[in-house]
Amino acid sequence: MSLPADSAVLNPGHPPRLSPDPSTGSGRAAAASAPRTSSAPRTSGASRAGAARALPRRATEDPPAVRHALVALALLFLALLVLLPAATVLVEALRGGVALWWKALSDPDALAAIRLTLLVAAIAVPLNALFGLAAAWSVTRFRFAGKNLLVSLIDLPFGVSPVISGMVTVLLFGAQGWFGPWLAERGIQVVFAVPGIVLATVFVTFPFVARELIPFMQAQGTEEEEAALVLGASGWQILTRVTLPNVKWSLLYGVILCNARAMGEFGAVSVVSGHIRGRTNTLPLHVEILHGEYAFQAAFAVASLLFLLALVTLVAKKTLEWSQRRARREAAPRSTP
Amino acid sequence: MSIEVRGIHKAFDGHPVLRDVSLTIPDGELVALLGPSGCGKTTLLRIIAGLEVPDLGEVRHGGEDVSARSARERNVGVVFQHYALFRHMTVGENVAFALRVRRRSRAETEARVDELLALVQLDGLRHRFPHQLSGGQRQRVALARALAASPRILLLDEPFGALDARVRQELRRWLRRLHDELHVTSVFVTHDQEEAFEVSDRVVLMNAGRVEQVGTPAQVFEEPASPFVMRFLGAVNVFRGHVDGGHAHVRDMTFAAPGVAGRTPAHVFVRPHELEIHRSAVPGAFAARVDRVVPLGAAVRIELCAPGHGALEVELDHRASEALALAPGDPVHLSPRRVRVFPVREGESDSLTASGL
Repeated sequence: MSLPADSAVLNPGHPPRLSPDPSTGSGRAAAASAPRTSSAPRTSGASRAGAARALPRRATEDPPAVRHALVALALLFLALLVLLPAATVLVEALRGGVALWWKALSDPDALAAIRLTLLVAAIAVPLNALFGLAAAWSVTRFRFAGKNLLVSLIDLPFGVSPVISGMVTVLLFGAQGWFGPWLAERGIQVVFAVPGIVLATVFVTFPFVARELIPFMQAQGTEEEEAALVLGASGWQILTRVTLPNVKWSLLYGVILCNARAMGEFGAVSVVSGHIRGRTNTLPLHVEILHGEYAFQAAFAVASLLFLLALVTLVAKKTLEWSQRRARREAAPRSTP
Repeated sequence: MSIEVRGIHKAFDGHPVLRDVSLTIPDGELVALLGPSGCGKTTLLRIIAGLEVPDLGEVRHGGEDVSARSARERNVGVVFQHYALFRHMTVGENVAFALRVRRRSRAETEARVDELLALVQLDGLRHRFPHQLSGGQRQRVALARALAASPRILLLDEPFGALDARVRQELRRWLRRLHDELHVTSVFVTHDQEEAFEVSDRVVLMNAGRVEQVGTPAQVFEEPASPFVMRFLGAVNVFRGHVDGGHAHVRDMTFAAPGVAGRTPAHVFVRPHELEIHRSAVPGAFAARVDRVVPLGAAVRIELCAPGHGALEVELDHRASEALALAPGDPVHLSPRRVRVFPVREGESDSLTASGL
């Protein structure tokens, strides 16, 4: 029994894996610009240098004037609406010096707000990761009546104002709410307490993980899980050895976005928290209170923490996007017949 | 281990895919499920594997009813169409999967993986990931993985479908030799007649959710059981006529039709290589005109037009073609050397042309 050596070399239908997209892209550009440089002798020296540098314009590309104007507009917009406010937060936070900044953060109320925000995120994010995974699993792996309705419902928290999410929680669990009296009899307080804040946060941040996983799991299909099944794996083994390793980047990506929103949520939490200093104030609420009391420096100092969270999220998101792209690129040749 | 399916019915969303399929595959045979796309062959394979549940009927492995057993408990090796290798695992981990989930000892697992990788000749690629392999290599990894738990049945879904022509050729021969060595009862799905004929001991021809014929490649080609089989296995010329008292009449030609009783409209099928061309009139021949001469490598296809019969084709070898020296427009005479007569069934569509599927 022998196979010809070249059957190992032949790679049907796929480009060689050694050339990643960027390099082939620039290679194409270089090849395309070659005719221009070869016709250079007819042009002057100065313009030849320009011609060698400029890439040939693609058919869909706009004239340079339009292009520069659009890019400038976009950058200006970004600077005015994102960079300027971000810089203001940092400048204002540190206006009174690092010592004052630190004092604002080590204030007992601020520390309590930090603790509460971390606690809420620590409960809401794992819950939503679990819900999201379960929802994505059922949507992509089973056929059942009302599936489209479920997918639409997953998006609901994105569609409604967070304030409404908060009000729903009050309506259900408040003193005059549907479950309020029942809960009150048992001495459980939901609204104006930590459970309410957690509930509102969970509701608002529910879609992030599910939305991230559903398209990815749909694209992956069920073949690998079927393969694992016929190879003798149990449901748990399939989940832990095949499914989770395959979706881990998408899952983590969803978790990071979910976490950012959970820590930054204002509207829904504001309605249910009751703004009790040191007890039911999260970081965003604390910033608002300080601001309302004209303690601008302290407000910005606390805000700078949230800003830091945004930066960390951004970096983590970019890193994950990069590794996800790489994972997808590696997975892609498999699925093409 | 033999495979037996009895009275299988399966419908998806009310649309029937398999209708009363019964089939017996003896122990140690390599069988091809052959048919056009949508004929239900992949569904039948998945039912044997336990990945689909039939609406009716039962599946037996080695005489034992396994209908109630899940795919997990059937210990069947499956090679999926797109291999379905675990993309986050190396070649070695992929092959070891079935043993790891069975909690076999490390030493035993390692030894078995070594053995299997040697069998599929991928010893050096143990630490590669699937995306670093060529299509043919992935195919062999999928095969090694399917064989890891020593299944008594191996099922392959379009195993060569995603490969290019040359690799496919090599792998076909290799799979045949591998089967001769292992003697695992194997079933593979294909829509490619050549592939089915080259690799399998027996061919199961399927059409529209039914089994049309089961037999060796030579049997199904030489003695097709139905017009579908006749048309599916290569090009064919169709003449319309009728049968009367054991004889088929097509215009003024008469052929023996021993198997057909009574008086009924019939189709007379003639393979292109069983239609002879003559320059001059001979008894039993009919007139035709050459439309086109198409060289096909080793053979030459002559496309003709005959009054009353429409477009026809004849296949000749090179020598015969050179001897006749045919050119478009030449008047010739055709005589069938061998015919197959099938009565026209009620409601049978007549959309297939002489060139077949």
